[in-house]
Amino acid sequence: MDKNKYKVLVDKYTPKENRLYNGLIAFTVGGLMGMLGQFLVSFYSYYLEIPSKEASVFMIVTLVFLGCFLTCLGFFDKLVSLARCGLIIPITGFAHSMMSAALEYKREGLVTGIGANIFKLAGTVIMFGVVSAYLFGLLRIVVMGG
Amino acid sequence: MTFKYNSVYINGTSTITGPYEAKGPFNKYYDKSYNNFYCGTKTWEQAESKMLVESVDTVLSKVMKIKSEVDLHISGDLLNQIVSTNYASATIGIPLIGIYSACSTSVLGLILASNMLNVGQIKNCVVSVSSHNNSSEKQFRQPVEYGGPKRKTATFTVTGAASAYLSNKKSPIKVESATIGKVIDLGVTDPYHMGAAMAPSAASTIYNHLKDTGRDISYYDLVLTGDLGVYGKKILSEYLRVEYHIDLKNYDDSACMIYDLDNQPVFAGGSGPACLPLVAYSYIFEKMKRKEIRRVLLVATGALLSPTMTNQKLSIPSVSHAISLEVNDDLS
Repeated sequence: MDKNKYKVLVDKYTPKENRLYNGLIAFTVGGLMGMLGQFLVSFYSYYLEIPSKEASVFMIVTLVFLGCFLTCLGFFDKLVSLARCGLIIPITGFAHSMMSAALEYKREGLVTGIGANIFKLAGTVIMFGVVSAYLFGLLRIVVMGG
Repeated sequence: MTFKYNSVYINGTSTITGPYEAKGPFNKYYDKSYNNFYCGTKTWEQAESKMLVESVDTVLSKVMKIKSEVDLHISGDLLNQIVSTNYASATIGIPLIGIYSACSTSVLGLILASNMLNVGQIKNCVVSVSSHNNSSEKQFRQPVEYGGPKRKTATFTVTGAASAYLSNKKSPIKVESATIGKVIDLGVTDPYHMGAAMAPSAASTIYNHLKDTGRDISYYDLVLTGDLGVYGKKILSEYLRVEYHIDLKNYDDSACMIYDLDNQPVFAGGSGPACLPLVAYSYIFEKMKRKEIRRVLLVATGALLSPTMTNQKLSIPSVSHAISLEVNDDLS
């Protein structure tokens, strides 16, 4: 049997993932995360009497802390496997990816373990984040003049 | 390549498992189960090594032998440099052949031991294998606590270690013949669908075994594959029918048996080198000893997965080895 014919056989017995359902879950959970973020921004700016720009930094710190904390308690991965991209794409996912890598390699030392591996998953996000920020910044200078 | 054996017997086996296997259907057959992934050690890799040492100790106590009486230990696991085996062996202290053949390691070990026993190079041998869910996830996939979403076709690496003691001394389970498989690659690139990657090699080995021995598939009361999973099992049945005109009847897959698939979060079933022996050495051997089934063909399936090669967009080759076990009535 050649590879193409075998692929047809494999596809016949491979269950389809329910993309619409997964997408809806991610959309809903992601939306709720956005609401939570906005609530935190309003909360901080109202009670601490600070501008909303500063309050959004507080909001990020809170969500990153929550992500890390729940990862350490050991059940954020279960939430992720349920909510899928609804929790991976927001800032909570970034914190979670760093914390889970750190936990995984903590026994291999501070430098060779945690230091070398903490960005195992998040490194890609930072790399492409910096590159795209640079490109869009350049585009903005060219198109809008700064 | 098929070998025939005259007087090679499996005199004893041992099974040590982790928490998920203990919640599976064969819990009462296992010698010991741990309720957490660390097994009293500090890391998952050390836990795997510890289980391997315990499985060797358990099987030796069952056959009433001490380590210095054993000629050879053949063992393997999934981790880089087969570290679980190597570190365990430093504690065990029996001359070691460390082998790697992914999830088909268990049967490859049994074949090597049987060949040496058959020609009288050794008097006895312990064959072991181990795998650990978290140490494998760490090496092959993503950090365990990350818990990225997985597809339905993904499998759950079994945590456990299993050992078998083989010698020329007669016992109820006889090693009758065995077939070494070819490495086969039919272009499956998805590391979360390893059943599809392994099915062609299982089919090829089953076909070659039947051809070399001149048997029909109905000769066996049970054909048990290693870790194809729910979907790989269906793929193998159809592939064997279409490609080799073999109709699998008395067939099961240990990946589908070791867990309670409806109630445990294991996707398409178990996987890993320990998956097949944990089922075979416990439930299947018990059935053989009760003579409910007499002839069993164990086909261990191994996906030769490497994250490096998968990242280079190469497909996953696989290899399967088969061993034929029979109930022996003549114990005199």
